[in-house]
Amino acid sequence: MAETSTPETRVWRDELRRRWALASPAMIVITLFSILPLMVMVVYSFLAPGLYGNVIWEFSLRGWAGVFTERDLFDDTLGIAWAHVTILGRSVALALATTALTLVFGLPTAWFIATRHPSTRAFWLFLITIPFWTNLLVRTIAIQEVIRADGTINRILLSMGVIDAPFAMMFTNGAVLLGMSYVFLPLMVLPVYAAIEKFDFRLAEAAYDLHASRLYCLRRVILPLMKPGIVAGSILVFIPALGAYVTPRLMGGGRAMMWGNLIDLQFGQGRNWPLGAALSVVLTLVVAGALVWYVRATAAKGGRDG
Amino acid sequence: MTRTAILAALSACLALPAHAEGRLNIFNFGLYTPPELLEQFSAETGVEVTLTEFAANEEAIARIQAGGHGLDVVVVSAYYIPVYLEQGLLLESRPDQMANFANVAPGFRSVTGDPDRHYTAPWVWGTTGVMVNTARYSGDINTAAIFLDPPDELRGQVNLVPQMNDTIDMTLRYLGAETCTSDREALREARDLLLVAKPHWASVDYPSFEKFVNEDLNASIFWSGAAGRIREANPGFAYGWPATGYMQWTDNAAILADATNVENARLFLDYIMAPENAALISNYTRYGNAITGSEAFMDPGLLDSPELTIPAELVGAAIDQRLCPPEVQELYSRIWTEVMR
Repeated sequence: MAETSTPETRVWRDELRRRWALASPAMIVITLFSILPLMVMVVYSFLAPGLYGNVIWEFSLRGWAGVFTERDLFDDTLGIAWAHVTILGRSVALALATTALTLVFGLPTAWFIATRHPSTRAFWLFLITIPFWTNLLVRTIAIQEVIRADGTINRILLSMGVIDAPFAMMFTNGAVLLGMSYVFLPLMVLPVYAAIEKFDFRLAEAAYDLHASRLYCLRRVILPLMKPGIVAGSILVFIPALGAYVTPRLMGGGRAMMWGNLIDLQFGQGRNWPLGAALSVVLTLVVAGALVWYVRATAAKGGRDG
Repeated sequence: MTRTAILAALSACLALPAHAEGRLNIFNFGLYTPPELLEQFSAETGVEVTLTEFAANEEAIARIQAGGHGLDVVVVSAYYIPVYLEQGLLLESRPDQMANFANVAPGFRSVTGDPDRHYTAPWVWGTTGVMVNTARYSGDINTAAIFLDPPDELRGQVNLVPQMNDTIDMTLRYLGAETCTSDREALREARDLLLVAKPHWASVDYPSFEKFVNEDLNASIFWSGAAGRIREANPGFAYGWPATGYMQWTDNAAILADATNVENARLFLDYIMAPENAALISNYTRYGNAITGSEAFMDPGLLDSPELTIPAELVGAAIDQRLCPPEVQELYSRIWTEVMR
């Protein structure tokens, strides 16, 4: 009793209360817009599907069972849901490929901007942000205009006589990758730029003075210092690419399903909301897993380098 | 000054509900509502109309079930009306007692799912068959083989419209089976055929018309009226009725049970049953309508356009679009997921 009312503990308690009060707006926002919707998703995944969509409010594991297993359509044997494995694999592969491609194009771009004269950098950054002014759908349709049968590339190649029939690029995996990379490129350039901008070029000069080759300097001096930017950019690209819905559908013609399209199917014609909710939770878990992996990987490497 | 500003703001807020009485929110399939119809309706009634579009019945009902949509009128395919009714989503607005109901042709006074027209007013009717660019392929197009076993010239340029029931129904009939069959052997054959055909499809989507006009896609399962609109922009395209079976359907306007502008919605349902307004809808969508007397207001040549003129020998092949019993519907759904994965 006496201990709890000493002046120090009172001050400490007041301090604690003040911190909670100051943090509460942020916590309310997170609860309202992040935790509650997630909870709705989790709860729905444990309900029974209604006959025509929606849910019946009774506990059921059918949604979760449907994520991993499927009953054979014709002989009613229970097996692993290979369709879902295929689709998840395809989504992850596409997201990884998109991340790699945006890195290949984003790194030189960011380097170019960061090495301009400080007075012109703002202008180049401004150019990178211009695509953000336009809706995702519009940007995707714009890139279609370039690769379609009657599009820019085909018209140029035809007029130059390189090909004599339009070259089919629309509705292919390459088209999906192109569209995704185009759409997500700025998300890679900006964090990488931020990392390069802070780079002290005297360090590179020092490396040269110590007879490092250009490649050795890039590998041992520049890349390690750019790593936080590259990791941040990769996360920013990989996560939305994993759940991408519009771009694969438009560029790929909706023929090869992605995880996002599979979720959409359950809420639409599939009329299985609990399965759709369970699939959404799986996506969230995969993303969370990727984040944890990134954090661990960078923390371990950072320790060794530092 | 500030006080007057606050008062002005308050009175503006109070005026809002009065303003809302002059609104109507319509939910219809994409490219299905003539802008002219809405403009005229607004001019005549003073009601401010907002149009929202969707691609499929399933998409529409999912949005309505989610609530908070603020929509008043929805257009529903006849076969899908029972799904809406079962969930109590439609208002019994009695279109059969509206002034213009007398114009509805006898054949349309009763429709699958709404036999006494207590809920819906007719929008248009049409067929779902196939559309082919005859500049690319000159063979017979009155066959479901266009998407189930595409000729070499069309491979890789075929689109499948992702309408589950239409696709599986036409596939079953192509194989000589009945629609909505519970015969697993027939369903298995349909699934296998769709899986074999899938590599020949370029896309599974509701494509924008320009994809055909610009020949990115050269064949598709398609709707008669939409095919007519594409033919006008690119005369190479022709519409075919698969001889083994094609879909025939009607779409209908209904008022939602939780509509906020019910009176305006009633006005609109009555409005579209007037001959000159039904003709506007037909002229725009290129589908037939159910209103007698509308012919006089239609574009010349529309009624005998190739897409609306079903060859006599193919009239009998029409399949009425309908929902299968739940257990078959479940099998359809699973076949569909397997094919679409």
